[in-house]
Amino acid sequence: MKKAKVEAKTKEIVKKHGRDKTSLIAILQDIQEEYNYLPKEALCAVGEQLEIPISRVYEVATFYNSFSLIPRGRYLVEVCAGTACHVQGAFNLMDRLQRDLEIKRGETTPDNMFTLEEVRCLGCCSLAPVVRIDGNIHPYLTQDGIPKILRNYKTGVTK
Amino acid sequence: MKKISTLDDLKSAGDKGMKSLFPRGVKIVVGMATSGIASGADKVYEALQSAIKKRKLPFTLTKTGSMGMDFIEPLVEVIEKDKPRVAYGKMTADKVPQLIGQIVKGAIDKIKPIYRVDEEDIIAKREKKHYLTGIVPEYLQDIPTMYEVPFYKKQVKIATRNCGIIDPESIEEYIARGGYLSLHKALTAMSAEGIIEDVIKSGLRGRGGGGFPTGTKWQSCRRAHGDIKYVICNGDEGDPGAYMDRSVMEGDPHSVIEGMIIGAYAVGAQEGYIYVRNEYPLAVANLTKAIADARSSCLLGKNILGTSFNFDIKISKGAGAFVCGESTALMASLEGKAGEPRAKYIHTVEHGLWDRPTNLNNVETWANVPVIISRGGKWFSEIGVPHSTGTKVFSLVGKINNIGLVEVPMGIPLKDIVYDIGGGIPGGKKFKAVQTGGPSGGCIPATMMNLSVDFDALWEAGSMMGSGGMIVMDEKTCMVDLARYFIEFLVSESCGKCTPCREGVRRMNDILHDICAGKGKVGDVEMLEAMAIGIKDGSLCALGGSAPNPVLSTIKYFRAEYDAHIKQKRCPAAVCRALIKYEISAKKCTGCTVCAKKCPSACISGVKKKAHKIDQTKCIKCGICMESCKFNAITVK
Amino acid sequence: MVNFIIDGKKIKAEKGTMVLEAARSNGIDIPTLCAHESVSRSGACRLCVVEAKKGKRAKIVTSCLYPVEEGIIIETNNERVMNVRRLVLQLLLARCPESDVIQDLAKQLGVDPQPRFTPDGDKGKCILCRSCIRVCEEVVGVSAIGFSCRGADKAIGTPFSEDSAVCIGCGACAFICPTGHIEMETTEETRKIWGRTFKMKSCAVCGRYFAPEDQLKYISKKTGVPMKELAVCTNCR
Repeated sequence: MKKAKVEAKTKEIVKKHGRDKTSLIAILQDIQEEYNYLPKEALCAVGEQLEIPISRVYEVATFYNSFSLIPRGRYLVEVCAGTACHVQGAFNLMDRLQRDLEIKRGETTPDNMFTLEEVRCLGCCSLAPVVRIDGNIHPYLTQDGIPKILRNYKTGVTK
Repeated sequence: MKKISTLDDLKSAGDKGMKSLFPRGVKIVVGMATSGIASGADKVYEALQSAIKKRKLPFTLTKTGSMGMDFIEPLVEVIEKDKPRVAYGKMTADKVPQLIGQIVKGAIDKIKPIYRVDEEDIIAKREKKHYLTGIVPEYLQDIPTMYEVPFYKKQVKIATRNCGIIDPESIEEYIARGGYLSLHKALTAMSAEGIIEDVIKSGLRGRGGGGFPTGTKWQSCRRAHGDIKYVICNGDEGDPGAYMDRSVMEGDPHSVIEGMIIGAYAVGAQEGYIYVRNEYPLAVANLTKAIADARSSCLLGKNILGTSFNFDIKISKGAGAFVCGESTALMASLEGKAGEPRAKYIHTVEHGLWDRPTNLNNVETWANVPVIISRGGKWFSEIGVPHSTGTKVFSLVGKINNIGLVEVPMGIPLKDIVYDIGGGIPGGKKFKAVQTGGPSGGCIPATMMNLSVDFDALWEAGSMMGSGGMIVMDEKTCMVDLARYFIEFLVSESCGKCTPCREGVRRMNDILHDICAGKGKVGDVEMLEAMAIGIKDGSLCALGGSAPNPVLSTIKYFRAEYDAHIKQKRCPAAVCRALIKYEISAKKCTGCTVCAKKCPSACISGVKKKAHKIDQTKCIKCGICMESCKFNAITVK
Repeated sequence: MVNFIIDGKKIKAEKGTMVLEAARSNGIDIPTLCAHESVSRSGACRLCVVEAKKGKRAKIVTSCLYPVEEGIIIETNNERVMNVRRLVLQLLLARCPESDVIQDLAKQLGVDPQPRFTPDGDKGKCILCRSCIRVCEEVVGVSAIGFSCRGADKAIGTPFSEDSAVCIGCGACAFICPTGHIEMETTEETRKIWGRTFKMKSCAVCGRYFAPEDQLKYISKKTGVPMKELAVCTNCR
């Protein structure tokens, strides 16, 4: 990624928010939306544009769960860790996904296809346990159902 | 959008809404809240759309929020002039042609409705509206009315009055059901003090968990010095297993907005913020549309309803931090900072957002306000029990048949929620406990099922009302594992500011992990109890202050399970992996080899058509063998 | 003036005084780690907790942040208070097993390490009191350091753990740190802190190396005093 390009895009986003310091979180959300993570160049540019010390920008960027400072894979796999999903055995799904994807929670597969994360309750408790992949909810998921779903995403047959 | 500045304007908007709520022709409504979409409502909607188009039918198709019956979603309702409103559950795209056929024929064939609605209470307007004129058509006579369905029978809907009924994108439909009439009353016929007095009289207590009297909070904020004041709606619903606020924001966004405008007028605020959890995109979308509509109708912005009152609302999206549900952390987050709470010795009603007087209430609290204003504080105070008035919305989830959102009068016995509304425990399993209050709450054991569900009784039982998550557990839930689950949640959600929470909860987690792994030591339970007191007393904010609750309440009611883990190295519910063993019964095993094929660690061996065996040294205890055995030959102990 | 009681002693103080100050100016000692007079307070360490009784309600409060109130009864070392303080110290002992400051404080208060807590090896002596961050922001004004992450992973440092471009090497963070976590190495000509090496300036008069060049440049820029004048150490000025 070109530094100048990232900086220009960041400038545009900051401008959209009226260069308002209090919009820092919203600005970072837009950057994350754009790049799927928060590039370092963008964070530095935000600090400069808003005249906020970079240490404060970094603090906010690392405090909140939804921000990632490393690139995420094409598909975000989120295992719901809500209480309803937990009591229905969501931890078994996480284990299976870790085994099948050969990564740990929070990591991205080497082919940049999947990033595996845990999410705090998606509020689809009637469908527990659920996993959300690329925004699609997969209800009543069993360990057994995982390989086929992953295969579908790999080959582009989603949903 | 037409400007609304007089009562007549409101009435004509309401008339328009009435026409779409009670149409002349046929209208099909699909429940399209997040829970509906997750169970496939979007596909049903698409199928309906193309079927109507294909058959060139004069039907209207609209979306609505959630009725709360998550267990039978996707839910489709059919409204026909002069006939009862009819609901169909568990709809799929495949069933759509049949359903359309039934509607055209005016009969019931293969797709049976789950309930019908002949008439409906419009609670904010104190009137009934009839779908049915004349007698019930013969083909619907056997169908129970909504109020006869056990799930609804004991419910009273105030905060969720419009959810699953109106189109959340239609301000007219909201107005038709009494919306913005309370605002008109408040701005034109009541003084700020009068409103506060009425809210105090209602006995309304904060629905976000703390249970602080809302009217008193408003009064302090009104009395606080400062020209600029704020109101905030806390929509950062973070408790796992709780999604009541999402449902209101998605299904009836105007109720929150109207509540906030009234509150702002009462405390003297000019600006408002709705802080919505990052994981709720549909809530953000519907609130955004509602705010824009309210603004262009002159119900928000300058000179609201033609008066001199100015007030506007902005939406702020959270970025994934449970602690931001705490008011001072939420305010820090609104200011663009990391969400760290601060000591509340100086109250936020005096020094809140940007150090200015700020009144914060949660979604459900705000949604109650318009009804209180329209029906009066006294009316509201007569619902529920003394000190806990009105209703409470709960998300009833976990090991229960009827999973969904329920709104019940305060003081209802817990067993009524679990058995009458919830329909009991699935699979003939034994009911064990209910967890309320999320990570700050506790467990109520089955033996206390007569407990009155209100702020004080729950507190005395060692749990709390919290925001309204109610998770039902059966005999297959390990209470030690559950305590570990909540503590682990809090470890990753602690902001890390103060020592007792950051370090203490982490050490409690270590001990609980040890117990679940069979490495618990005698004395660990006492150790946890002692730490809990220090953490509760010593933490800076409510997150740390209530963090030990799930541990304390499980120790209080399920001490034997802790002892079984520690002393006998046994998990009675067969959940904790280090302490359980999967075994194949030689008698029941048919040698079908399914389990052996599915086992990820290849630890099941045996000859085809002969009983198989599990190599315990290689077993990773994922349980897939038991899940896939069709002969119930595999047990776990 | 506000009248109240601390440990049985009748005390008067200005409105707005914190309990900690009121106690200390009356000879009552309350232990603290994170409250420092040069920076604003956060109430993070929780060692200074006391019990405040108002009517029938007694609650644990943070004395460094709790303003005195008319008629309030404060107890600074009853069993309930000591229970919190003991836990906090045991937790800090386990977090920073190398810290002599915490060990000494524990000894003073008669607190032994909790054997059930496995000592950490990766946290150094940092108790996350944030005095360093605050001095860098509020006094120095550069905000070179800050927090990263949250909860158990929370840490102090420069952004991205890289050399900070805005750090002036003044060492205020190291001076204010109550436990000596921040490492600063000053030789004659250089000073090393947060991974960066700063060139020290020698006094134009006595020749003694007295301050990092970057710090003098920063002061010059901020105050408008020419570098030439700042090239002389305070002793020779």
